[in-house]
Amino acid sequence: MVGVVEDAILRATPALLLHRTLGYFRRTMWNRIAHPGHFMRWTGPLMPWLAGLSALLLGIGLYLTWFVVPPDYQQGETVRIMYIHVPAAWLGVFFYGSMAFSAIGTLVWRHPLADVAQRAAAPIGAAFTIICLVTGSLWGKPMWGTYWVWDARLTSMLVLFLIYCGIIALWRTIEDPNRAARAIAILTLVGAVNLPIIKFSVNWWSTLHQPASILRMGGSSIDPSMLYPLLLMILAFTLLGVTLHLYGMRTEILRRRVRALTIREAERLDARPASTGSLPVGQAVQGF
Amino acid sequence: MRLTVDDLAARRSGRRIFSRLSFALEPGEALMVTGRNGAGKSTLLALLAGRLKPDAGTIAVTEVGEATLPECLHVVGHRDGLKSPLTAEENLAFARDLLGAARMSPGEALAELGLGHALKLPVAYLSAGQRRRVALARLLVCRRPLWLLDEPTAALDTASQAVLAGLMARHRAEGGLIIAATHQSLGLDDARELRIGETASAPEAPVTAEAWW
Amino acid sequence: MTRALLALLVRDLTLAARVGGSGALSLVFFLMIVVLVPFALGPDLNLLSRIGPAILWLAAVLATLIGLDRLFQADEEDGSLDLMTGAPVPLEGVVLAKVLAHWLTTGLPLALVSPLFGLLLALDGTAMLATALTLLVGTPALTFVGAVGAALTASIRRGGLILAVLVLPLMIPTLIFGVSASEAASSGTVPFATPLMILGALSLIAAVIGTFAAAAALRWSE
Repeated sequence: MVGVVEDAILRATPALLLHRTLGYFRRTMWNRIAHPGHFMRWTGPLMPWLAGLSALLLGIGLYLTWFVVPPDYQQGETVRIMYIHVPAAWLGVFFYGSMAFSAIGTLVWRHPLADVAQRAAAPIGAAFTIICLVTGSLWGKPMWGTYWVWDARLTSMLVLFLIYCGIIALWRTIEDPNRAARAIAILTLVGAVNLPIIKFSVNWWSTLHQPASILRMGGSSIDPSMLYPLLLMILAFTLLGVTLHLYGMRTEILRRRVRALTIREAERLDARPASTGSLPVGQAVQGF
Repeated sequence: MRLTVDDLAARRSGRRIFSRLSFALEPGEALMVTGRNGAGKSTLLALLAGRLKPDAGTIAVTEVGEATLPECLHVVGHRDGLKSPLTAEENLAFARDLLGAARMSPGEALAELGLGHALKLPVAYLSAGQRRRVALARLLVCRRPLWLLDEPTAALDTASQAVLAGLMARHRAEGGLIIAATHQSLGLDDARELRIGETASAPEAPVTAEAWW
Repeated sequence: MTRALLALLVRDLTLAARVGGSGALSLVFFLMIVVLVPFALGPDLNLLSRIGPAILWLAAVLATLIGLDRLFQADEEDGSLDLMTGAPVPLEGVVLAKVLAHWLTTGLPLALVSPLFGLLLALDGTAMLATALTLLVGTPALTFVGAVGAALTASIRRGGLILAVLVLPLMIPTLIFGVSASEAASSGTVPFATPLMILGALSLIAAVIGTFAAAAALRWSE
């Protein structure tokens, strides 16, 4: 008796439980909104508007950054780098979060659009993480006198970038999209659980090894004349990221459509000569 | 046990292997799965063994208590599941302990297949045919109602094929089920035949995830 | 169920002993890294004894990777994994048994010989024992994290390199706390127990996540 219960508990993995309780979602709402065909239809007209709006916001934000924002009394003109650096860091983390969310969609609902969303997010997230690292390093040269200091935040971003690299690398080694989707989703979730742990450990490590007198980016007190342009830049970057993501998803859907059509065409051509023969029927068995 | 397969469809790498496959097996029955290379014989066995998920359709077993299908079957396929550094006896003892429901000792099982002398030999020393016979001996060390055999006679000489035919007849007489993917006759009298892959004449798109693109 | 998992554990240990493969190889690899470092840094004993625990930990991380790519791949290739799918035990149990066998043949020997290799790096007695203890507590985390990568790359030919790229970033926390615990024992800015407890926690977390994630990756991996 005990063995049976033990077995049942072990077998009811969390993913399976979620799958059962939320299974009805897949059959109702999700199919309608997130069907790739529907997705292509409702995002299509939206794209130029989104692209235009993000270009506009980015333009205003950059103008403010370069010409309006006063130089910092301590950091001088280099503070302007922060208006790129901070939004890029935010998006690097944001896209990892969205990938983790999509990964749950892939594993629990086996929803194809979740995988598309995840695949489109990875390179964008990696790119923003790189922008964050490069701007941080450029900012560091005048501030710290060297291009790289093992600062806790920058180091965490570097590890995030490495995890992005691993995910993209795994994608490129598994050919079958369905199998790749599952593997990537598992890896992304394991990474998502690990990221807070990594952040915590890097902070611990940094306090052990670093003198505390390091000048940090973005202190707790920030003047409104600098805060509002920063918030605007964060908004503009987020919009840009979402727009790029949607474009990436649309491209990925088209890519898969081409793949599916190519396969179907190959099947059709393959089937043509065989289908002229008579139907072989097994004894009491109907098989196709 | 009884096995019912209904409207089964399989895909690999986005390519449809087969669809609309239905059959049922009663105790004591045997099914020979035939078809050209790449028609999906091995894919069907992988679906039954629980290694692949079906694209559509259901596989159901009844009269086996709480066990799931993969726990009711033996697989002997191209990959023999033997570890070369271990002896034949160790390999079989491991299979017996892992799979449960022990029936024969490894020595008795090997003797049935005429390999009693190889009991203490590392599998690495055995020929392809002998390895296949060791893998087949796994069918005897544990009691499982369904045998899934993928080209079981490959690498077997005629004498061993006759031994295998005898084992299969005995298994069916005890109420067991056999599904074998094969190119040739296995000496299974009154076995039913399932041909797959030869009639891809209805390429209508099944309503599945892949069809969404 | 216990019987099946025990059989699996015994089989993997027998295989490791008979082939003499990954376990012994890991130890040799471990020794080689320890030997290479003085050639790179110079034989300054003061320097070596200061960074000794770090070298041992780095070597342990790299040595754990050796043979990890074959953890599930070997069984996937010869069809043994099909047997395990058909066993009346959950796949999580299979993963647990195999990871335990792998740790017993790599992580445990690494931890046990580390005091010996510490002699080469001029570690004092406290540092040697502390490093061995942290390796004992921390290497399970490395193996479990590595098992996830091994399961994800089980069906990829030549998955060794990609495995390293996948799992090394996830091993950073273990490395950080392993080294800082070993150093805390001799330098003493932080109490030894704090990082050691965190290291133990990391191993437990990795055991839970690693088992479920690796089993999920193996299920319908094809």
